[in-house]
Amino acid sequence: MDKKKFDQFMGTHKYIVSEPLGNAVNVSIALQRPMLVKGEPGTGKTLLAHNIALALGKELIVWNIKSTSKAQEGLYIYDTVQRLNDSRFGDKDVSDIKQYIKLGKLGMAFASSEQVVILIDEIDKADVEFPNDLLNELDEMSFHIHETNETIKTKQRPIVVITSNSEKELPDAFLRRCIFHYIEFPDEELMEEIVMVHFPDIKTKLLREVLKKFYWLRSINEFRKKPSTSELLDWIQALIASGISHKELSDVIPFLGVLLKKEADYDYLSGKKTGILGTQNRYKWE
Amino acid sequence: MFTDFYYTLRKRRVPVSITEWMTLMDALSQGLASSSLNVFYYLARSILVKSEAYFDQYDLAFQEYFQGIETPPELRDEILEWLNNPINRIQLTEEEIAELERMNFDELMETFKQRMREQKERHDGGDRWIGTGGTSPFGNSGINPAGIRVGGQSMNRSAIQVAKERKFRNYRNDAVLDVRHFQIALKRLRRLSRIGPEDELDIDVTIDRTCKNAGEIELIWRRQRKNAVKLLLLMDVGGSMSPYAKLCSRLFSAAHSATHFKDFQHFYFHNCIYDNLYRDIERKEPTSTTHLLNTMESGYKVIILGDACMAREELAMKYGAIYYYERNELPGIAWLQRISDHFTHVVWLNPEDLSQWNHPTINMIGRIFPMFELTLEGLDAAVSKLICKV
Repeated sequence: MDKKKFDQFMGTHKYIVSEPLGNAVNVSIALQRPMLVKGEPGTGKTLLAHNIALALGKELIVWNIKSTSKAQEGLYIYDTVQRLNDSRFGDKDVSDIKQYIKLGKLGMAFASSEQVVILIDEIDKADVEFPNDLLNELDEMSFHIHETNETIKTKQRPIVVITSNSEKELPDAFLRRCIFHYIEFPDEELMEEIVMVHFPDIKTKLLREVLKKFYWLRSINEFRKKPSTSELLDWIQALIASGISHKELSDVIPFLGVLLKKEADYDYLSGKKTGILGTQNRYKWE
Repeated sequence: MFTDFYYTLRKRRVPVSITEWMTLMDALSQGLASSSLNVFYYLARSILVKSEAYFDQYDLAFQEYFQGIETPPELRDEILEWLNNPINRIQLTEEEIAELERMNFDELMETFKQRMREQKERHDGGDRWIGTGGTSPFGNSGINPAGIRVGGQSMNRSAIQVAKERKFRNYRNDAVLDVRHFQIALKRLRRLSRIGPEDELDIDVTIDRTCKNAGEIELIWRRQRKNAVKLLLLMDVGGSMSPYAKLCSRLFSAAHSATHFKDFQHFYFHNCIYDNLYRDIERKEPTSTTHLLNTMESGYKVIILGDACMAREELAMKYGAIYYYERNELPGIAWLQRISDHFTHVVWLNPEDLSQWNHPTINMIGRIFPMFELTLEGLDAAVSKLICKV
């Protein structure tokens, strides 16, 4: 395979990828295997699929997984209730079962004549057996509709991106088929690039001060929830909107609520500043 | 190719299967590693390793296997020394980098050894000899996309250096954890059963039956599924447990905030359990242990959290309790035995590192209760023990 074809995905103007991540995406495209992405919340797992679609000019189909999601729903649904209703009150020809078969998100991706990007978002939300039920379908990229005796098979294997928050263990058989990447929290250098992409006009001094404060907050291990990239971006937006200068920022952290989302963290920080090191958050054992 | 690397990974307990190994071989034969160790590091990792929990072991295995490539042992110290003092550092343009010959790995190693034999003197700059600041594939502070770095600091980070950083140490399964990790582990502690009145509409069966009845609606009811697990948490507080206070409080908040238990009870004790257990950390509100054993059904899953380290008398002697006012007629070990006899599922979680477990009282208590380390792996094993049938 020539290099050019392999290096398909290099990020977009709005989404900076680290080299390892870019490589992992390209490997998964080249080997035609699903890509499994994990990482801290707010590191852009979901956005990755959006930007792959954007960069490669493909259509994106999103399948949001909920705790009640079933694998079958992703392929197709046979709407028996509608058919029952039509048989009693409707005027349609109920013997034509085809009109009651509705393709799910995965089914749509398979049936598409163009290559698409399909995002299976937060797969760990569903039941433990969910990924196993999709093994064969993701391998073959085809499935059978019993009711109409039809087989849907892909013409162009879709690019599959799966995200997970590690709420549940994924089955080994499923993992074996995936290309795995763990998105690390960006270091200051990469973060600077990311911020620049979103706020190209930001002043360098302000950015330095913002990042200094941000990484200081992240270095506090006692927090229940550390602020993430998306919270940083919101915060910067708030700072710019309020026109705060980098000098003012050096002594206070305004709009703290944008960064910290848990009351306990809030308390901890206010304790820390007055020198009483988060008294409310500490456990007293003796 | 690299088959030994596969076994190095297995030896480090990274769960790699043949399927994944074949996928990697496929990827390599398609040239996806572009003959660079750097790219290979990430390529192999994304294909072979499926959880960040194993990244650290992967790093270790990678270091072990590819170690020789970074600093061949036969290098003389003086060579290393001058390599560590780069004279000049150059920047190449993209085109120049592309023009540099790319060798594959074996070739590179072979040539490297050959150059080592031929070279007799110090060398800086240039494109052939081992030295600093040049574009030869060997040496340091130079630039060559497929080069071998010899000692020194890499300017473009090398794969082995990345592996050496071991930044994924904290993601290991056996490392220490936060509340969320505990919650996830405890979630497994459930036994769903259908209990109570038949008051839930079973929609699927209802639709099925109704369709079979040609549209005549038939409603099917069933019992709700509920978690039947009740949890009792007994925690050692104070004294030798203080260093683990934070860790223990995390397990406590995880268990406390878990909503899926039918019932959750917790008590505190100091060092060992005697006549009384306490409702509060200050140990001011005692509850008789006998009363507890009489009133709590044996089906409670019990987790005891403690370091099990104490003086032998505290465990084995009458009046052995560390506080004189406890005046226990029954030695602590007998109380523990009674707890173990009463409840069907009891585990002991120990925050102490496994290497410290060779302690007389830990051994004695370990004979009564199955004991696990307070790590994610340990907790997982403990939960499995708690849900298994007797």
